[in-house]
Amino acid sequence: MMKADRTELSLIGVAIAVAIAAQFSPNWLVFTLTLAISTGLVVMGVVMLMRAGLVSFGQGLFYCLGGYAVGLGGRFLGITDALVLIGLGVVATVAIAMILGLLVTRYREIFFAMLSLAFSMILYGILVKSHGLGSTDGFGVVDWTLLWFDSETSDGANMALMLAIAVALVIALFLNRYFKSSIGLACEAIRENEVRVEYMGISRQQILYINYVIAAAIGSVGGSMTALAAGHVDPTMAYWTISGEFVFIAILGGTGHVAAPFIAALIFTLVRTYAVELAPNAWQMILGIVLLLIILFLPKGIWSLFTRKKGAAS
Amino acid sequence: MTEILKTEGLSRYFGAVTAAEDINVTITEGEIVGVIGSNGAGKTTFINMVTGYLPPSKGVISFDGKPIKGLGPRKLMRKGLTRSFQIPQLFLELPVIDNLSIALAAAEHKQFQMLRPVHTPERLKAAEEILEQMHITEYRDEMVTAMPQGARKLLDIAIAMLGNPRMLLLDEPTSGVSMEEKYTLMDTVMEAVRARGLTVLFVEHDMEIVQRYVTRVLAFASGVVIKDGPVDEVLADEQVQELVTGKQHKPAATGGDA
Amino acid sequence: MLTVWAILIDGFIYASWLFLVAAGLTVIYGVMRILNMAHGSLYALGAYAAASALGWYYADGGDQLWMAFAIIAVCAVAIGAVTGLAIERGLLRIMYGRDEILMLIITFAVLLILEDVMKLIWGTTPYFAYQPYAAMGRINIDVLTVSRYDLMVLAVSIVIGVGLWFWLERTRIGKILRSIIHDREVSKAMGVNVGRMFTITFMIGATLGAIAGGITAPIISVVPGIGIEVIVLAFAVVVTGGLGSITGAAIGAIIVGLARATSIHTMPELELFIIYAVMAAVLVFRPHGLFGQAVARKI
Repeated sequence: MMKADRTELSLIGVAIAVAIAAQFSPNWLVFTLTLAISTGLVVMGVVMLMRAGLVSFGQGLFYCLGGYAVGLGGRFLGITDALVLIGLGVVATVAIAMILGLLVTRYREIFFAMLSLAFSMILYGILVKSHGLGSTDGFGVVDWTLLWFDSETSDGANMALMLAIAVALVIALFLNRYFKSSIGLACEAIRENEVRVEYMGISRQQILYINYVIAAAIGSVGGSMTALAAGHVDPTMAYWTISGEFVFIAILGGTGHVAAPFIAALIFTLVRTYAVELAPNAWQMILGIVLLLIILFLPKGIWSLFTRKKGAAS
Repeated sequence: MTEILKTEGLSRYFGAVTAAEDINVTITEGEIVGVIGSNGAGKTTFINMVTGYLPPSKGVISFDGKPIKGLGPRKLMRKGLTRSFQIPQLFLELPVIDNLSIALAAAEHKQFQMLRPVHTPERLKAAEEILEQMHITEYRDEMVTAMPQGARKLLDIAIAMLGNPRMLLLDEPTSGVSMEEKYTLMDTVMEAVRARGLTVLFVEHDMEIVQRYVTRVLAFASGVVIKDGPVDEVLADEQVQELVTGKQHKPAATGGDA
Repeated sequence: MLTVWAILIDGFIYASWLFLVAAGLTVIYGVMRILNMAHGSLYALGAYAAASALGWYYADGGDQLWMAFAIIAVCAVAIGAVTGLAIERGLLRIMYGRDEILMLIITFAVLLILEDVMKLIWGTTPYFAYQPYAAMGRINIDVLTVSRYDLMVLAVSIVIGVGLWFWLERTRIGKILRSIIHDREVSKAMGVNVGRMFTITFMIGATLGAIAGGITAPIISVVPGIGIEVIVLAFAVVVTGGLGSITGAAIGAIIVGLARATSIHTMPELELFIIYAVMAAVLVFRPHGLFGQAVARKI
């Protein structure tokens, strides 16, 4: 109990510190941070699945749904409030995930990976052929408001970051508890041994289903935040290589702590910002090499560097 | 003397192979029954059918007077019928205490809780109690991977006993355990079983263990029960000696059973 | 009626191409239990190698069709075998025995690396090698016009399919491979050099991918990213048919090929959708694909 409280306090502390530091940061950094936090949210969903032993190469589906919900909600429903737009994305995503979940939670290992990939590619295929929605170019997100602020008149980038921090904090606090709860442990138990889980009286199907739907909803929030910050959505959000990047970041951070995906996402986004400028044709190579190095030398992700040090000290 | 488990005409075929044929067994509440038979005699098939892991080809199974055929492991556990495994089925990369905590949470039907920690003081206490009872307290915070085989067997059985079951099926509790450890392990298990008043059915290869711990024996050969009765009578039976126990000078310490 | 014929012809031509692309993937999975994401890169490598070699040949004034095919074959086999050997010996070898899903992620890393290696070698401007395609011309079947090159792809695909079948069913190595597929541990115990068989299998699988790319080079513009696009199609085919089964890959390719052709001729906007929808639909009813097998767990 004590330990849980400490994690919660440090999460809140870090969130406040980042929010304050952002007031003195250049615009590009504010924007990068917002993207990193949004990406971190999607990766949280990937991590939730990984803790249950499932690797999704299609989390981009929910990321894209969240993004397009923001774009479409603003464009066709005239909604401008960011929270309502995010909520719209979550509702749409949960509805779809509840249907897909019935099927995909029956699969494990590469079958789960491939099936989730397929569903995300279906969305990609539909969006690419939707000329009304800009086809491969996508379309712009209308100017949004947040409660009584207006992203046009006030500092939009800063507002997006504050919103991202607040949303991410709430979700991180929730997941910190979730991972230590019965269902969180049940997910890990399913990863370890499904036979025993069933003989304990737990339905692995129900646990995986709930976990899948929540992971989808969180991925959608990440997509919505990205759309709000970037002001644009396009079908590549659902392309499978984007989902591959989420898997990369999840492995980079590891599944050991709720903060890990955010830190990994920040490293990823920062390195990409420079790599794309300095060596545009070597960015994927860097990703690939780093991925191999992590699998070989840091199988629990970079978070294990911190815990290892702690272990040595005590 | 109420009957707790009853099978009638229970059979299982794998294609043309008969794994179990026309098994009629009635177990009374509180009995401790041994199941013997050579490898491939149908013992594990029988256990797997009764605990819902393997659907029978035909026949009836009733538990506590109600038909249970077609129910999966989950529903059977909720009815009070649990099992342990020949190869312990544990969460290898989780600490022992977590293995027990999740089982306890599940036993309380609290597996869907999202915000409350799984480690409640009550669950920790209950977990520590059973660890003590099984004499494996030293492994409380270790990963299962750090446990020796005997301790894993005990943890596997401990998990099966959580959630107040009424009947426990043990699939070769002493296989893979060294000769010296076997008796301490069985003493520990039987003590825990008696403390809970469980009905037990256990598969065993070691005839000395069978003789020491059970009152009644089912002898399997080629998928059928060839003898069912008091332990001394069954072990003295000629057919049993020929098909199951072999020549009786040394207890056979055979390993796995397919 | 005309549409039906068009769908059938296009469908089978596309199916034969899909089979070429998917065959190596399913062979590697069948023997090694590795779903090789880098298969797409092998395809792209084959395409680049063939396209640039054909480019030199035609720039030098070459105009022999048989030479063009020889060039495609030699380039594809060379680059496929060498790259396959390098990946298997250099990386996969030290990773054997890990989870299937981890092997998938490892080959994803290889795919990312190879994508940029190709950009560094060939740049980002497209390569064209349309000459063999143009030189072969078209034939008329009734009122439909079909490219001879496409028909040749169909023929090559059948040859490779039959060849693979013969190799697995009728040769000594094939027998050994089937024993590994059946039970790796027992094969090892019986003295099979599993390591060497894995190397051979991976090289052959990789070469098949490169051949698919080489043959495709004259039909497409060879640009970065073609491997990434192709691999998901190949996945859809092998998962539909059942992972690791050659027959499955063939049937999967025909189903996906016909479904896509039907969509293109009737509802073109659903083209991509239909491929994955077919795969999802098959998995709903046959969780391991049409020819896949479930593995029971021992407790």
